[in-house]
Amino acid sequence: MMNDNTHLIEVENMYMYFPVTAGVFQHRVADVKAIDGISFYIKKGETLGLVGESGCGKTTTGRCILQLEEGIKGNVYFEGVNLSKLKREQMRKMRRNMQLIFQDPYGSLDPRMTSGDIVGEPIRVHGLAKGKEYTEQVEELFRMVELEPFMTARYPHEFSGGQRQRLGIARALAVRPKFIVCDEPVSALDVSIQAQIIILLEKLREEMGLTYLFIAHDLSVVRNISDRVAVMYLGKIVEITDSDELYANPLHPYTIALLSAVPIPDPKVDRTRKRIILKGDVPSPVNPPKGCRFNPRCQMAIDICREQEPQLKLVGEEHWVSCHLVKGVASPSNNQ
Amino acid sequence: MTTAVKNEKVLEVKNLRTYFYTQEGELKANDNLNYYVNKGESVAVVGESACGKSVSALSIMRLIPYPPGIIVGGEVIFQGQDLLQATEAEMRHIRGNRIAMVFQEAITSLNPLLTVKRQISESLELHRNMNKNESLQETIRLLKLVGIPDAEKRANDYPFQFSGGMQQRIMIAMALSCNPSLLICDEPTTALDVTVQAQLLEIIDGLRSQFGTSVITITHNLGIVARYVDRVNVMYAGRIIETAPTEELYANPCHPYTIGLLASVPRLDVAKRKSLRMIKGLPPNLARLPGGCPFHPRCEWVMPRCRVEYPATEKVGDNHYRNCFAELSKLKKQ
Repeated sequence: MMNDNTHLIEVENMYMYFPVTAGVFQHRVADVKAIDGISFYIKKGETLGLVGESGCGKTTTGRCILQLEEGIKGNVYFEGVNLSKLKREQMRKMRRNMQLIFQDPYGSLDPRMTSGDIVGEPIRVHGLAKGKEYTEQVEELFRMVELEPFMTARYPHEFSGGQRQRLGIARALAVRPKFIVCDEPVSALDVSIQAQIIILLEKLREEMGLTYLFIAHDLSVVRNISDRVAVMYLGKIVEITDSDELYANPLHPYTIALLSAVPIPDPKVDRTRKRIILKGDVPSPVNPPKGCRFNPRCQMAIDICREQEPQLKLVGEEHWVSCHLVKGVASPSNNQ
Repeated sequence: MTTAVKNEKVLEVKNLRTYFYTQEGELKANDNLNYYVNKGESVAVVGESACGKSVSALSIMRLIPYPPGIIVGGEVIFQGQDLLQATEAEMRHIRGNRIAMVFQEAITSLNPLLTVKRQISESLELHRNMNKNESLQETIRLLKLVGIPDAEKRANDYPFQFSGGMQQRIMIAMALSCNPSLLICDEPTTALDVTVQAQLLEIIDGLRSQFGTSVITITHNLGIVARYVDRVNVMYAGRIIETAPTEELYANPCHPYTIGLLASVPRLDVAKRKSLRMIKGLPPNLARLPGGCPFHPRCEWVMPRCRVEYPATEKVGDNHYRNCFAELSKLKKQ
């Protein structure tokens, strides 16, 4: 799987533990196992959706790929380059290729800068353009996200929520990245605006040949925008496959329950669907359950689920599941 | 579903006008708002942020902060009584007792310094004249009813010791403590995960069929509305622009805004990369509403008339009303 040049990003056995400290000397008493050994790849030009309940490690996964955390274990390859091995200065140059779009566009925009300065800041930081050329590039970015160039003089508070998200997108595009982590980019927006931003992201991906990691908790949005979807639970990937395949043929009991809980805005369809109501809450990532992490909430759990941790196994074309109850197929790439 | 008793209105909002006076000027958050709930019925008020949907709930409860807000006119008839004419003492007896409310973020509505037991038993002692022992028993029964595991023990915990979904259950338990005739849920599940959302909606719906409580759900989510609600009121810029029984509304939307809203929601049962339709433009600022129909700048079917005149309520089907000038046959073509 390594160095497959159709893969833009490869994540190999990534772990991210945040220490829980206590006492006067702040010694480490436990770890929040935000990411606990995950591997996956993102192909060039595709959108990989990452879904799961809050606290499952989706955001941390995005931040770790961009090397924005300290103490990441495992390897992240970007076009075959191992990011974990790069020196600080090399990583800084590398950052041009990968950008992040946040959920809360207001919290991520400096209120004292004009929107033009905010969008142009990455261009200045990376020294990509100056003077007239710089102004032109900023105006072009505004046009790309369907904002008017004269708005560059305005401050963030003068924009609506949807427009602020457009600013966040323009800023991410400023350095012409190849890869963008979209962290819940439409969750805070109104329904009618959400569709506008999804359509915009899709248009930009096609025009600029971008690759997205699309993190969201709304499975309907993820299905619409993603080529493939990874489902996370308590720091682990439990299922990963083509987006249509996942919805047609979910195999992990958690995926099945998650999908069944998503309402469909059509009473005729929704009222006939079987809904699996999961018991309880997601357990603490400090002390995840033994065996399969989902076993305390799983309706189908058997003895082995409480003892042994299942591994991701290939069950169909590009369809991986980690569940003892699902039979794998023999394949050389089964060790993904 | 449909345990509603025909024509027995528990609550009727008539021509409600709630305005806010701000630096930006007069802001008509509710402008001639009309809707009703029958006994045991579940209705939804659906709309985007700042369309005035929460203001309508606060107006019913007479909780509009003054200044800047004021209820300028209209009627809120609750079980035969106009709440807008009630005294503050009467309202205190109604709030939390006969009409209960569940808010979006439970943690901000719970007192962080009191145990859950204390918070729930307080209203039982106040409204239902129970003694300490009775109220404690009842508190535990309510916590069990909303599915809090290990209720006896957990009743002694403080709100922060519960997860978001559990906090929302506590809110529901509190809301139910006095057997209200009407439960108003303002975005009850918005900040929660889908799995927790499903749990809570099942609980609320179960309580409705068990106790015949009428429910008003205020939400922006057309998905949760589809399954649990009998009738939907779609709100835009302070007014109801379309109302219909749920199945009818989804199958046969007759207002351009409703049509746009339904088409712009991604659906779980639709294949990937299926392009969405969007409503162009932004929701209007309530302080600077465009003249005529406030939706006209975003409407695909706009006519000269829409810019100057607000359309009257028109009946388009059984229990199905809308406020729009566009010809139905034209709307259906797309």
